[in-house]
Amino acid sequence: MANSIGHVAGVNGNLVTVNFEGAILKNEVAYVLVGDTKLKGEVIRINGSKASMQVYEMTNGIQVGDKVEFTGELMSVELGPGLLTQIYDGLQNPLPSLAENCGFFLQRGVYLDPIPNKDWEFTPVAKVGDTLRPGDTFGTVPEGIFEHRIMLPFGFDETDWKIVSIAEKGTYNVRDTVATVVSPKGEEKKLTMVFSWPVKKAVKCYDQRLRPDETLVTKIRIIDTFLPVAKGGTFCTPGPFGAGKTVLQHMESRNSDVDIVIIAACGERAGEVVEILKEFPELLDPKTGRSLMERTIIICNTSSMPVAAREASVYTAITMAEYYRQMGLNVLLLADSTSRWAQAMREMSGRLEEIPGEEAFPAYLESLIAAFYERAGKVRLRDGKIGSVTIGGTVSPAGGNFDEPVTQATLKVVGAFHGLSRERSDARKYPAIHPLDSWSKYKGIIDSERVEAAREVLFKSNEVNQMMKVIGEEGTTVDDYIEYQKGELLDAVYLQQNSFDPVDAAVVPERQQEEFNLLYRILMAKFNIETKKDVRAFFNQLRQKFLDWNSVLATDERYEKYKSEITELFLSKVSEEV
Amino acid sequence: MNKVYTKIESIVGNVITVRAEGVRYNDLAMVGKSYANVIKLDGDLVSLQVFAGAQGVSTNDTVRFLGVPMRVSFSENLMGRVFDGSGKPRDNGPELNENLIEIGGPSVNPAKRIVPKNLIRTGIPMIDVFNTLVESQKLPIFSVSGEPYNELLARIAMQAEVDLIILGGMGLKYDDYLFFRDTLEKSGAMSRTIMFIHTASDPTVECTMIPDMSLAVGERFALEGRKVLVLLTDMTNYADAMKETAITMEQVPANRGYPGDLYSSLASRYEKAVDFEGAGSLTILAVTTMPGDDVTHPVPDNTGYITEGQYYLKNGHIEPFGSLSRLKQNVNKDTRNDHRALMDGLIKLYSAYKESLEKKSMGFNMTEWDDKLLKYGQLFESELMDLKVNIPLEEALDLGWKILAECFEPNETGLRSELIAQRWPKKLEA
Repeated sequence: MANSIGHVAGVNGNLVTVNFEGAILKNEVAYVLVGDTKLKGEVIRINGSKASMQVYEMTNGIQVGDKVEFTGELMSVELGPGLLTQIYDGLQNPLPSLAENCGFFLQRGVYLDPIPNKDWEFTPVAKVGDTLRPGDTFGTVPEGIFEHRIMLPFGFDETDWKIVSIAEKGTYNVRDTVATVVSPKGEEKKLTMVFSWPVKKAVKCYDQRLRPDETLVTKIRIIDTFLPVAKGGTFCTPGPFGAGKTVLQHMESRNSDVDIVIIAACGERAGEVVEILKEFPELLDPKTGRSLMERTIIICNTSSMPVAAREASVYTAITMAEYYRQMGLNVLLLADSTSRWAQAMREMSGRLEEIPGEEAFPAYLESLIAAFYERAGKVRLRDGKIGSVTIGGTVSPAGGNFDEPVTQATLKVVGAFHGLSRERSDARKYPAIHPLDSWSKYKGIIDSERVEAAREVLFKSNEVNQMMKVIGEEGTTVDDYIEYQKGELLDAVYLQQNSFDPVDAAVVPERQQEEFNLLYRILMAKFNIETKKDVRAFFNQLRQKFLDWNSVLATDERYEKYKSEITELFLSKVSEEV
Repeated sequence: MNKVYTKIESIVGNVITVRAEGVRYNDLAMVGKSYANVIKLDGDLVSLQVFAGAQGVSTNDTVRFLGVPMRVSFSENLMGRVFDGSGKPRDNGPELNENLIEIGGPSVNPAKRIVPKNLIRTGIPMIDVFNTLVESQKLPIFSVSGEPYNELLARIAMQAEVDLIILGGMGLKYDDYLFFRDTLEKSGAMSRTIMFIHTASDPTVECTMIPDMSLAVGERFALEGRKVLVLLTDMTNYADAMKETAITMEQVPANRGYPGDLYSSLASRYEKAVDFEGAGSLTILAVTTMPGDDVTHPVPDNTGYITEGQYYLKNGHIEPFGSLSRLKQNVNKDTRNDHRALMDGLIKLYSAYKESLEKKSMGFNMTEWDDKLLKYGQLFESELMDLKVNIPLEEALDLGWKILAECFEPNETGLRSELIAQRWPKKLEA
């Protein structure tokens, strides 16, 4: 398609109307020319010869009649080796290089190459005459600890492409031609290590989508045991401000047992991204012993950056996640926060004068949220390897009220709900995930019947607690009081976790199982204690010992000692064990 | 391109439309004697919001486009001066037109930000000790009408250890404006202060300019190496002014009539808070009054999601519970070795005091421990929490120990033994 041109007809915030000639695509990228600067935008509505564009930059200074160039391409990201360790804005502009070019401020209209111009050690894995389909590998390069696959671009026609020539093992620039392929129709294409893919389209170059049935270990007890997440699954974390959403996501991004973590900081504080930027290069991934940054990509469109690019940023992130899944890797995408993305859609919808839905969010909010989370999944690739994309999104509900549209639309499509509660965060009970309101449909690291029984104890404990508020401690029976204390114990030593303690911050599944088994015996046992005072003293002692146990390394000699002390103390009062 | 147009097509609220060509989005114009800026272009139909309000604008008034966006003068001459929402002097001083800078500039590249590390001393123990203010932090003061938030701001303006104070007043009562001016003049802090003041009787549109002007000037001073503190009061008025314009423009309202971009608008202003590596810094303290004392109201709610903590000002003092400085961890480890532990210890005991107080009010028997707590709570409130208290951080920490020693035995405080050995006041121990 020949590239069309047009002229600005109107400006309203970041919505620009354009009179165009020729043919244009919906969602194609176009540039508004203001003086010497080109401002990137996307066509979101076409009406006769008028197109509405959302511009990803500040629109100051645009005037009616300014020239607009259409590119004929959908909003895309570049995929290739070198993505890892990068920090991009929502449009895949590398922020550190931008800083080198433009200094402190984000200058508008500057677009840099997202994939660093670098040489890579290319090893061919296919030979001349082999046929490839989109997503099939023809070579590899080592990217940090990973074997980065060089694949036939996903956007090629779904047919058998035959390799005409392929480079020998050696060092090539990322944009050098490394292979030539030809289609059955005789169309010839040169391949480099980089290709682009439209962000709003899911990558489907795999054999089969599988059920997410393997637990994704986060090393956070309340999640792994009670509210598990699965590889290829989805989960959401709604919570009022100050409840610790971001801290929880940072814990997940540090400790999760996955190959690659992509953090999409969408419309949140820049300061939080800075913490990751400064912290991650110094932290080591326990699995590989390398810096955490080597497995991380950060997409950062903070709250003060242009709103329209905020919407693009979550799609940019998910596309990169799908790209790495295509290499048989497990990818975790953490989006903070999806509410800001929804608000960006609301702003745009308002400017387009669409009929508003609930709380002025557009009517298509739900389907877009659903489509986004549906891009998660565990897949079997054509070569038999398994890869997965797991999506965890935070939600920032207005007023901390979960009945609002974004939370509700998200809850409909996710597999686990980690609801943060103001009550728990005010009481400094971290992570502030509410153990009774939250749920998960995935399999955890502990047998679900026993987990259910432990949850029952929490329910019962909560009931007794409510009752005690009315009738006082005096009116409560000793048995009820024991139930109450059991729940409190479980909460204090297992559900809560001290993220500042070097040992307690990340607990491996084996240790979780060991501790849970011991706790389970206590929760299920009957005790022979006469007075409530003694009950309180007994449980206080237990709690103290558990907390001591939590803070020593498993290799420490005190580990077994504390454990046997707990067992002894427990056995001294028990009357009947189930 | 100073073409003059004389036919105004429509006047709705503070927004007028004219037919004009070659006009750029966000450019400034003169309508009669007032400034106006372009907020919408639709073909040759240009919508402008008139700063002084459209009241009295005639359909044959002249509209002259200036071909530049809204700007503000930036120089040392700003020091000690007072301006209104369109940048005109409020203080009989000369108008400043040199070195104009654009307002509402681009955001700072996150890759260029650094982790904040310097505290700002204010001499107010509830801030310095318990919720330390950190350079480049953005913090709102959540309060309700009638609370002394402006007095608090004025005190911070007088005492904060910064190079430059910029006060942005939005919808201020005239009395409050005079109070700020007189207090700062009396204390001598006026010479390092710049004020951008919009009073309640001024046109609404000017209110929406105050934060941008204050922050644009502040940012430039910060780039030149100054430690700038921007005080804004009251951001709820600012949000209400935005709401007014949005409704006039027939925008679809989101929550309680506020425009859908409330979060983005607030965020792009608060995010101006920054510590420039190798230069100065900009810190923001902004009063946000909560209509009906409701923290879930859209303005405080959105603010809470943006800022790095909050101070609750209730019943004349900064609440120890609920108030939070998210960045205090970055600085309070380097102040004095007892800072963190003492801060936690004092708060835990104060929380126990509140429980005892509740028990007392319900008529339960008071134990010896309860009596100690009650004594402690009262001392804590009068000697540390009271906003009149004005002592440096170190003195406040010593005072904390003194209060503890007056009320408790060392082992009742829950503080570590080695700290007690080091800090427990000697003469009271004997």
